[in-house]
Amino acid sequence: MGEVASQQVDAQPARTGRLLRVLKQLLRDPASALGSAIFVIFFIVALIGPWIAPYGANEQIPGSARQAPSIEHPFGTDILGRDVFSRVLLGARDVLTLAGVGTLVAVIAGTIIGLVSGYQGGWLDEVIMRLFDSLLALPAFLLALLLLGSLGPSRNSVLLVIAVVYTPIVARVIRSVVLGVKTRGYVEAARVQGETYPHMLFREIFPSTLPALAVEAALRFSYAIFLVASLGFLGVGVQPPSPDWGLMVQEGRANVTQTPWALIAPAAAIAIVVIGVNLVSDRLKSILQIPAELRR
Amino acid sequence: MVNHNGPLLDIDDLTVGYRQGERRLEAVRHVSLRIWPGQSVGIVGESGSGKTTLAMAVMRYLPPEGQILSGTIRFGDREVQDLSDRDMRDLWGGQIALVPQGARSALNPSMRLGDQAAEILRYHRGLSRKAAHEQARASFERVQLGDPERIARAYPHQLSGGMLQRVLIAMALSTEPALLVLDEPTSSLDVTTQAEILKLVRDLIRGEQHTAVLYITHNLSVVAQLCDRVAVMYAGDLVEDAGTRPLYRQPLHPYTRGLLDCVPVLGTTKHEVDLRPIDGQIPGPESRPQGCVFRPRCPLAIDVCETYPPLYDAGEERRSRCHRWEGIRAGELDPAQPVPARERTPPGERAGTALDVKDISVHFFERASLPQRLRGERGTVVRAVDGVSLTLGKGRTLGLVGESGSGKTTLARAIIGLVARTSGTIEFLDMAVPPKLAGRSRDIYSALQVVFQDPTDALNPFIGVGEALRRPVQRLRTEKVDDADQVVAALLESVDLSPSYALRLPDELSGGEKQRVAVARAFAPNPAVLLADEPVSSLDVSVQASLLNLLDQLQTEHGTAILFISHDVAVVGYLADDIAVIYLGELMEVSPASALFDPPYHPYTEALLASVPLLDPDAEQREVQLKGDIPSPSAKPSGCPFHTRCPRFLGDICVEQRPPWREREGGGKRYFCHIAWDDLVRQQERIFRFSETGKEV
Repeated sequence: MGEVASQQVDAQPARTGRLLRVLKQLLRDPASALGSAIFVIFFIVALIGPWIAPYGANEQIPGSARQAPSIEHPFGTDILGRDVFSRVLLGARDVLTLAGVGTLVAVIAGTIIGLVSGYQGGWLDEVIMRLFDSLLALPAFLLALLLLGSLGPSRNSVLLVIAVVYTPIVARVIRSVVLGVKTRGYVEAARVQGETYPHMLFREIFPSTLPALAVEAALRFSYAIFLVASLGFLGVGVQPPSPDWGLMVQEGRANVTQTPWALIAPAAAIAIVVIGVNLVSDRLKSILQIPAELRR
Repeated sequence: MVNHNGPLLDIDDLTVGYRQGERRLEAVRHVSLRIWPGQSVGIVGESGSGKTTLAMAVMRYLPPEGQILSGTIRFGDREVQDLSDRDMRDLWGGQIALVPQGARSALNPSMRLGDQAAEILRYHRGLSRKAAHEQARASFERVQLGDPERIARAYPHQLSGGMLQRVLIAMALSTEPALLVLDEPTSSLDVTTQAEILKLVRDLIRGEQHTAVLYITHNLSVVAQLCDRVAVMYAGDLVEDAGTRPLYRQPLHPYTRGLLDCVPVLGTTKHEVDLRPIDGQIPGPESRPQGCVFRPRCPLAIDVCETYPPLYDAGEERRSRCHRWEGIRAGELDPAQPVPARERTPPGERAGTALDVKDISVHFFERASLPQRLRGERGTVVRAVDGVSLTLGKGRTLGLVGESGSGKTTLARAIIGLVARTSGTIEFLDMAVPPKLAGRSRDIYSALQVVFQDPTDALNPFIGVGEALRRPVQRLRTEKVDDADQVVAALLESVDLSPSYALRLPDELSGGEKQRVAVARAFAPNPAVLLADEPVSSLDVSVQASLLNLLDQLQTEHGTAILFISHDVAVVGYLADDIAVIYLGELMEVSPASALFDPPYHPYTEALLASVPLLDPDAEQREVQLKGDIPSPSAKPSGCPFHTRCPRFLGDICVEQRPPWREREGGGKRYFCHIAWDDLVRQQERIFRFSETGKEV
């Protein structure tokens, strides 16, 4: 049986590009194909929102406050007479950039720290991990609130909060992969040839962390969207009058009896994008982290 | 019940395939084989030969994607495919019993062994709980497990691999099955343990008149010693099937001939005998050639071989799937592979020392757990390597032989610097070598290289072959390299790979090819010393032979000294100029390779040589029984470390005093034992002798 399995690997077409292969598998599964579609649509909206939004984010349309959804205003208008559809479109950019850049910073910092900590081992590893343990002992949300309280609410603070909250998590994931890889024969062979430290970390070890990293990054990204929205909702994140979805939910909540659509539309936007990213990250996990012969 | 006069197992024209997407890959093709009651039949083949698939088909254990495409398997008078699951359950364990390869994973870790053995008897024999337990203990006794009471109460993790294998055999035999299927039962065991298991199986087979045995293995020597008949499989085909003696005396298929010529025979050296690797690679099920599957690798291939050969009846109860078997039998055709072109250099002169290891120790300290400390216990010291001194001459090969737990790998890792030594010095080309890798200079890095055991693990799956070879060429060569790509191409050619392999990723290589790349990488900086830690153990024999030849050839070209570490005495004896035998972290004997196989032997070496299965079915080999298992290096015996198991144990002196090193002027051999040279010579005969016909093999 083992014999057959190894031949299957040999039989695979040579070098189609691992990335391409993963993408293909993502699109073949209906759930993750839907997730990918959702993500792409939101991404495009974030990119070209300002050009396709019929109204400005804070443009008050005279005489059309509190209108129910219609052809003119697909998601209706809010209590101040702003077009909810336009606000949701324009808000996409904020949420996705904040969550995206925040996650990116966390992923880069977490990867470097995880690589060094895991590969170096010893007291350095001990110090870093205990430090992260104490950070992770606080609920992420509480930590975010604490940080924002001392930094003051602003876009950059939100970014920083996401990075600080998620770096330890990414670092731990990377470190655990590194611990498994660093005793492999090829890593030892490279050490025996006196390879340089950066080569060891980034060329010999880093590629093996990519599957775990991709899954973790996707997962963190979906949580980051949540976090941005939650902070906005609590009023400690992005400040009015930005068309932030969390902020919009909070504003809509006050007038839920008069303009329920002003609450439902941004809330649905948050839910849909988070579900989309989660569908992708779930499938990514089964593609990248479960050996092919067990998947079927 | 099997109760008729025909064969016990009758496999007729069996083809088994695996579904893979749209395709169907045939793992076993047109195999016919009969086993009569009481007969023992070995199935030999390299990986990919289909031997395991065949066994699984017989057991009806094929995975869901596996399917019998044609042919029949009859067990007694019933067809196995037609049986209901209910009937199968009676057959399994009751009529057909399997002893699988990994004893540890075959047993339930959370059940006592007595309960596991009793369960079978309760199911198949309908015995009461008490009676079943009694019989289980009796079956443990039958496989010579000392203290069956204790074994029955033990959990699998409390026993060694060899003992668990015995338990499995006991369980398999407890219902007195008609057919016992053994799937590589000794492959993961040490030679001395393997020898005990083989002896046990042999005795049990002889004692049992009715149990037939199907023994599946890659090891030709084991089969030679154990089976009445041998079936050889290649790429899904059964290529030859004959009685053991005739098969080893005169194989009638070129593949069998090729296999036999790939195995280093115990006691022969590279200076006397050539290994003849089989040209090319075993084809996968998707790329089998038309006609005879062995045709592309066969020295006798002619036009007629493009048609698929039937299994010719060659008389004398032999069959061969070769169109030209008559010519081979008449001696008109030579089915042997060509002798590889290599210079047979005389053993290198002792031209100075490349590596001098003095009194090196590696101790690992295990801290006591909290409860242990509360009880006032201290941590334990694991003495993995304990005062070993070795000298490796320039351009020579030193073989280091030892079983698992002997410390041979730890010693190698201490020399390379992957573990720091506790004490001792290493001098390398007159440079002192610091214990840790980080403290070593570029000169040491480039001159001291290593090849590991597992080829899949040796190459980074994300780094192409070209890059893997270019780095050491650019960084570690002492002279300046203008065109690294050209050097890489030359390196690839030196390990018999085409330069186009530089563009490949490790996933696209076979195991043998990966190991070749690993060897090329080790030779890239022109090292003065190569440490090879079991470099061929995980490879098939035909690949192993070509790799051994390759190491020898590269050594001649580069003048590299090799420290060759292996558990396989035959391989070490073939390749090495000198041999050191290691046991529990200490050297027992150091000898020129040629002298190791003649008395006096250190008692441990004696046991080791007595344990190696020989390729010749008629060879004489003395039996040496070792007591118990290898002790843990954290509780090393006092005095002589071997005294707990030594068959030549003298008495208190062995327990209390460390033995002296004994040697003869000019003899070159020295050993670590209380028994004096002359006494040992008097007590020992040569431990194995090949038969006249066996020598020709």
